[in-house]
Amino acid sequence: MSPTTWAWICLALPLAGCLFNAFVGRHLPGERTAGWIGTLAIGLSFVAAVGAFVALMGHSPDDRTFTSTAWDYADSVGVNAKLTILIDPLSVYMMLVVSGVSALIHLYSCVYVWKDRGFVRYFAYLNFFVFSMLLLVMAGNFVPLIIGWAFVGAASYMLISFWFRRTTATRAGIKAFVINVIGDVGLVLGTYFIVFRGSGSLDFLDTFKHVQAAFPPNDSDLVAGCILLLVGAFAKSAQVPLHTWLPDAMEGPTPVSALIHAATMVTAGVYLIARMHPLFEDATAAADVGTVVGCATLVIAATIALSQTDIKRVIAYSTMSQIGYMIMAVSASAYAAGLFHLFTHAFFKALLFMAAGSIIGAMGGEQSLDKMGGFRRALPFTFACFLAGGLALSAFPLFSGYFSKDDILALIGGEGGWHWILYVLGYLGAFLTALYTFRMIFRAFLGPECKEARELRETGHIAHHEHPFNPETYEEEDTDVGFPGPGHYIAEQQWPMKVAMGTLAIGAIFGGLIQVPFVDDLVNVYLRPDFVNDPTYEKVINGPSDGLVIFGLILSAVIAIGGIALAYVIWVRRPSIAVAFRERFRPLYELSFHKWWFDELYDAVFVRPGATVGRWASNVFERVVIDGLVNGTVSVVRAGSSVVRGAQDGFLRVYAALLLLGLALVALWFLLQST
Amino acid sequence: MTVAWYLVVSALIFCVGAAGVLVRRSPLVILLCLELMLNAGNLALIAFSRMTGTGDGQIFAIIVMVVAACEVVVGLGIIVALYRRRLPIDVDQLRRLHG
Repeated sequence: MSPTTWAWICLALPLAGCLFNAFVGRHLPGERTAGWIGTLAIGLSFVAAVGAFVALMGHSPDDRTFTSTAWDYADSVGVNAKLTILIDPLSVYMMLVVSGVSALIHLYSCVYVWKDRGFVRYFAYLNFFVFSMLLLVMAGNFVPLIIGWAFVGAASYMLISFWFRRTTATRAGIKAFVINVIGDVGLVLGTYFIVFRGSGSLDFLDTFKHVQAAFPPNDSDLVAGCILLLVGAFAKSAQVPLHTWLPDAMEGPTPVSALIHAATMVTAGVYLIARMHPLFEDATAAADVGTVVGCATLVIAATIALSQTDIKRVIAYSTMSQIGYMIMAVSASAYAAGLFHLFTHAFFKALLFMAAGSIIGAMGGEQSLDKMGGFRRALPFTFACFLAGGLALSAFPLFSGYFSKDDILALIGGEGGWHWILYVLGYLGAFLTALYTFRMIFRAFLGPECKEARELRETGHIAHHEHPFNPETYEEEDTDVGFPGPGHYIAEQQWPMKVAMGTLAIGAIFGGLIQVPFVDDLVNVYLRPDFVNDPTYEKVINGPSDGLVIFGLILSAVIAIGGIALAYVIWVRRPSIAVAFRERFRPLYELSFHKWWFDELYDAVFVRPGATVGRWASNVFERVVIDGLVNGTVSVVRAGSSVVRGAQDGFLRVYAALLLLGLALVALWFLLQST
Repeated sequence: MTVAWYLVVSALIFCVGAAGVLVRRSPLVILLCLELMLNAGNLALIAFSRMTGTGDGQIFAIIVMVVAACEVVVGLGIIVALYRRRLPIDVDQLRRLHG
């Protein structure tokens, strides 16, 4: 079969799973059938993606771009909106990552939300999420891209506020949706600038072909369009300043966090920039914006992660930080390096979230690091997985993150000039990453055992709280629909969780071996057909000298080990250091703990004035002006009609008399006229 | 005999009918008077028709008769309905539809 056929199958299966679960799911026999069907749909979708990959590799490297059109939405003057998919190495790469990791997350979810009343709904949403993301990465022109982009936002809204009776969750869902819509607007306007001011075609390949001719380098329209595309990318990929939704998205169930962070959503921005690379090559000013924002995000997020106490939020900020690396890489033309990091990150981040879900299960829904401790012996498998993910995230030598992060930083350094600043900040971020990752690991797994850990180790029972509660606000809840179900699960006791986490752990440990400096170069070779026409790309790839690469590898290893060692000293050996440091550098701590006050800033600048204007509009403008206009019109008409109504007195004979009189007058008039 | 005589008769009948509609209160008589007015019109139409020597006016007269028949059917039906419901048979008292 041709690659496009495989791709259509890959796209259709999640949609079929979603529709089946949505309409038939609740009538199925068996408790977890809907979950298995959802998992199967995504698993088969992954198989189809592998099929597309194999079919693609059967063609020569110069001939690996295929398009297929299902139907035309509209084809008229200047608009050729079609449902086209574009299958080339880049989109197949994304399909493999998205469907593969999602399949494991589905498998994990079959246990995690098992006892939840919204089980079937959950899987319908989850399948829809994967479908949207696949549509996004397969899109062959701007229309399916925008559709997929918006669908992903909608799916994230539905899943973040999946527990819809939890106020914090619904608020987080609204926040994510609003910020994503800002990104959607950016994407649509950017499309307008690029397509209707320049290339004149919605099709990607046409656009890329004509972009050089249509725009002079750094043309203002093109730069504006690319920056608007970046707004879309920043909103989806949670880059500063549109990142505030991501930590709040932790309100969703833990596997959803894994899905959003590892496979489906936040990577969309990275993909978008890589996909639009011919545009960014021509608009270097816009690409530089992306590079700087990515770098700023990776540092800011890493500093915030240092002081958060919610285990999921720490991981969320680490995602933000790692996506910052990727955005920085793809904006600086190091496409393959950014996408390589996307690949390894998908493994270890999904793994970290799943392991965190296992700990949260063992804690009976509690997420605060302050209350955890000593889970090392109670949760040996989870500990091993968390450690594998943590080491990969901290770029510990030979783990996957080590090679991918170093690839990015070596290429950035190789570009020279002001990129050296980014290089240094990148390594600073790497140091902070090791520090906060192992802060989290040491606090959750080492130290004195908390009572939940002891109970689990001694009796094998998972702690259950008397009343379920919201881990954010500690409000009491029940376990009915709209709130989390009563079940809590740990990987040690559930094979699907174990399988999912084990597979990801293998990926997190060995995933980096596909591109090791001086040994192999698989990602670069595979993705080369996509970027082969870019002169900058070749220059960037060959930029760093061997010495710089080796120096980077050594520096990276030293930084990772140093960060871990420092974390060990601070949070295991001498916990008093952390307290003393916090007291000594109070402002720094506050800055980190309050997330650089981004939320407070947006609250003061946008939310409160918006709410005030809204209240004024509803209380004053609506009541006085709108109601005044409407009621005024009504009373004028009513007064006028009451005068005329007097003539209608109901006496039939009067009407007849008036009629006759009128007739007589008309007749008289004509008679007088005729003489 | 000129057409003027017919027209005078027609006008007289019309005026009688119109006066009847205006002054009488019984709906039945009002219907009768309406018929008078319609037929005064018919008379004028036929007179003109004879004068010009074409059949158009006669056809009009026949159409007016058909309309009159329909109108009488409806009107009489209303009167019977009024009687059955024991409402006053008096157009001045039937004025619930005033504005």
